[in-house]
Amino acid sequence: MNTQNKLPVEKKKIKAKYFINYVFVLALLIPFTVTGLSGSVKGSTSLLLTQIAYSMILAVSLNLVVGFLGELSLGHAGFMCVGAYIGGFFANYLHTIIDSKLIVLILSMLVGGIMAALFGLLIGLPTLRLKGDYLAIVTLAFGEIVRTVFMNQEIFGGAMGLSTQKYGKLLYIIALTVALVTVFVAQNLMRSKHGRAIQAIRDNEIAARAMGVNVTYYKLVVFVIAAFFAGIAGVIYAHNTTPVDYGFFSFNYSIEILVMVVLGGMGNISGSLIAATVLTFINVKLTTHLSGDFAALKFLIYALILILIVMWNNAPKLAVLRNRFNLRRLVDSMMKKIRKKHESAAQEPGSNVEWDRIPTKIPMDTILSTDITPDHSLDPEKPEKPEKGDKK
Amino acid sequence: MNTLINGLCLGGIYALIALGYTMVYGIAKMLNFAHGDIIMVGAYAIFSTMALMGHAVPAIVVAVVVCTLLGLLTERVAYRPLRGASPLAVLITAIGVSYLLQSIAQLIYGSKSRAVSLGNFGSVELFNVSISISSLITLGLCLIIMVALTLFIKKTKVGCAMLAVSEDRAAAQLMGINVNGIITLTFAIGSALAAFASTFYLMQIPSVTPTLGSMPGIKAFTAAVIGGIGSIPGAMIGGILLGVIEKLALSIPALAPYTTAIEFGLLIIILLVKPTGLLGKKRREKV
Amino acid sequence: MSEYMLETRNLGISFGGLKAAQDVNLKIKKNALYGLIGPNGAGKTTVFNLLTGVYRPTTGTFFLDGVELTGKSAIEINKRGIARTFQNIRLFSNMSVIDNVLVGMGNQSKCNLFESIFRLPRYWKTEKELRAKARELLRVFDLDDERRTMASNLPYGKQRKLEIARALATNPKLLLLDEPAAGMNPQETAELMETIRFVRDNFDMTVLLIEHDMSLVSGICDELMVLNFGTMLAQGSVDEVLSNPEVIKAYLGDD
Repeated sequence: MNTQNKLPVEKKKIKAKYFINYVFVLALLIPFTVTGLSGSVKGSTSLLLTQIAYSMILAVSLNLVVGFLGELSLGHAGFMCVGAYIGGFFANYLHTIIDSKLIVLILSMLVGGIMAALFGLLIGLPTLRLKGDYLAIVTLAFGEIVRTVFMNQEIFGGAMGLSTQKYGKLLYIIALTVALVTVFVAQNLMRSKHGRAIQAIRDNEIAARAMGVNVTYYKLVVFVIAAFFAGIAGVIYAHNTTPVDYGFFSFNYSIEILVMVVLGGMGNISGSLIAATVLTFINVKLTTHLSGDFAALKFLIYALILILIVMWNNAPKLAVLRNRFNLRRLVDSMMKKIRKKHESAAQEPGSNVEWDRIPTKIPMDTILSTDITPDHSLDPEKPEKPEKGDKK
Repeated sequence: MNTLINGLCLGGIYALIALGYTMVYGIAKMLNFAHGDIIMVGAYAIFSTMALMGHAVPAIVVAVVVCTLLGLLTERVAYRPLRGASPLAVLITAIGVSYLLQSIAQLIYGSKSRAVSLGNFGSVELFNVSISISSLITLGLCLIIMVALTLFIKKTKVGCAMLAVSEDRAAAQLMGINVNGIITLTFAIGSALAAFASTFYLMQIPSVTPTLGSMPGIKAFTAAVIGGIGSIPGAMIGGILLGVIEKLALSIPALAPYTTAIEFGLLIIILLVKPTGLLGKKRREKV
Repeated sequence: MSEYMLETRNLGISFGGLKAAQDVNLKIKKNALYGLIGPNGAGKTTVFNLLTGVYRPTTGTFFLDGVELTGKSAIEINKRGIARTFQNIRLFSNMSVIDNVLVGMGNQSKCNLFESIFRLPRYWKTEKELRAKARELLRVFDLDDERRTMASNLPYGKQRKLEIARALATNPKLLLLDEPAAGMNPQETAELMETIRFVRDNFDMTVLLIEHDMSLVSGICDELMVLNFGTMLAQGSVDEVLSNPEVIKAYLGDD
């Protein structure tokens, strides 16, 4: 066995790419936890941090569906609504029996998330067989149904909305921690055999089936996980805003989450985190300064973001330009250069894989010696190249 | 009885909008999310012309022209560059266009509702029920438009070309059909129908807001899906069915708050039982 | 076990009134390299679609290694050991080359969802094994250097190769190749022939391929089957089939 047959061993590199996401969240979590515990965080900052946290959770979870699975869900706010009402209601009940706010919060988040996940299962099971546009409309319909149903239940406060308890700075610490967990789950899921199957479905469903990928199962898994986190985001919202306002969970909010996903980049978790933070921040600052009809400006900007970014990324005619100014590819080529230097510096021996069986390349002389012209001498009646007639 | 007539009337409007959806979906293979908002623009066009000239007829003409041009513009600027891109991208762009139109309307006209009166037509007694004339006009004109459209597609050369493009775009192109031209024409027709829909809508509900189009738009799409997307009679049946159900549900106090839920619930049930809608055809992806 | 790897009995499908394929009777011996040829529109790809569960046959049955697979889903059929490539390349274009292969290997990992998300030891173990295997496979196809490239950025010939590698990754018993040499230049075709032969010998594989390139077909196939208008025209050794007057007529027309 010659040395040429040895592969450079895949080194266990610490992949900065996958840690950067945690860093984004931790950059908010750590300093504000410290200042929060020492007791000097303004109420408005605390509200803003919570909003950023649940936006992050929503954007990352929607990205699982839109960016990784490649299906458009327009009912993400609907799952959030389920979580908000059920989780908020449950927390109000828990308060009467449990003193610890932390436990109440965590239990209610679990219950809200699980209920939303159940709804995800319920709606996903029959509808995920539908294709693209149909699924979008069904999820949209679902969001509207959920909203009208909760709005009309007296036990959830009816049109007045559901009043909930306040949690103060504990809420944003927990909320940001949940955002961290969301990133953990999303990222680990996508960097596994399951995640690869999910992305395969996005890229080519027929081929995925032919490769034995259980398409329905994976669609359902993504749908349910996304619904679960949307539900938790809803519970966090419910504890940040009282009374819970059913109007908030309208189709508009589903679109707002979609804008975060598109702006951050489909299938890009860091992008979702940044976009969620920036948009939420701007949103909160804008609404305090702009009022009335100028709120339309916000949606004008959202609309332009959706149109321009999607067009830039997808228009067939822009492919050349796109490749020239592709940020990711620039970074990749830079990384490649660095890696090359690295690898040539340290050629590691001792791969544990046996390579004897497999030649590196099929040697050139075998190819040249292969007889590739059919032998027609046995067949005098046959015209010279019968196969030509078959070619297009 | 009155509820039924009202339902038929609303159903006619839904059917008109649904026709626009179904034609565009059938031929361009995309869900034009902004279709509902073209109705809104039509309504504002009527409002503005009425304010300037005070007469309904030129207002309707202006609305038809504005909507048609807008349909052509959105197709040219937003959708055509994405032809051949993934359906997800096209759908998101269409949602973007929808929001763009809404927010521009809001910036120009404000979010308050504006009153538009296309005139009072009074009502007639028929079988001991008083029916407003505007309802009858709406219903009658909707029927005429639908029949005309069906004839156009069945009997004319252009209609045939449309059918061909919807069956197989590549093959149609090979047969010398100008596919881009047909798609543009489809958008033009769909948008012109939307202008009529906005006229009828204003006859029923004489006020206009920037979000006027979004709910009827989504419901009409629902109607198109229920009837079977791509099918013209399907759009009519779906539209009328949905309109009647909506008015019936609204007339029963216990169900009234859940009207939207019922309509969308119907959509989900129909898609589960018959994923292609009532009159839809099955499509196979070529491998 | 059966003498034949694949056996079809009167397999057929009709779309509406059109019989796209009927009475297809294939008998493919283990470890053999078979070619399926025929003029355009003869129903070759339809046969592949029947064998891989994309279409459900309206008549007949088929068996893989003695096990009946008629009417099973595409996923189930792949699990039982039939893998395929596509005439119009269907790679997972936004995924890296190695990820394409790893998707195919998904069935060889017992790692469940929970273990993956929480990165339990089995995740690391299977992931490492799969990656090693995937690279081994990529090296056969001379794609290892490009394993991090996005599949859509590969040159055309390499995309075709990657499709074969991906199909092999599912660890099949029978490999169906739909026009593997389409669009390749003669040198690439020659290289591909060698790869296919290599795969057959070293992976203990039975191969059925559709091909228009007669030099490839006659160069490597043990036996040929000819389809025309959805029916079997001839079956036999390469020389036999290519000298069959019926076959020549089907290709060149009646004159």
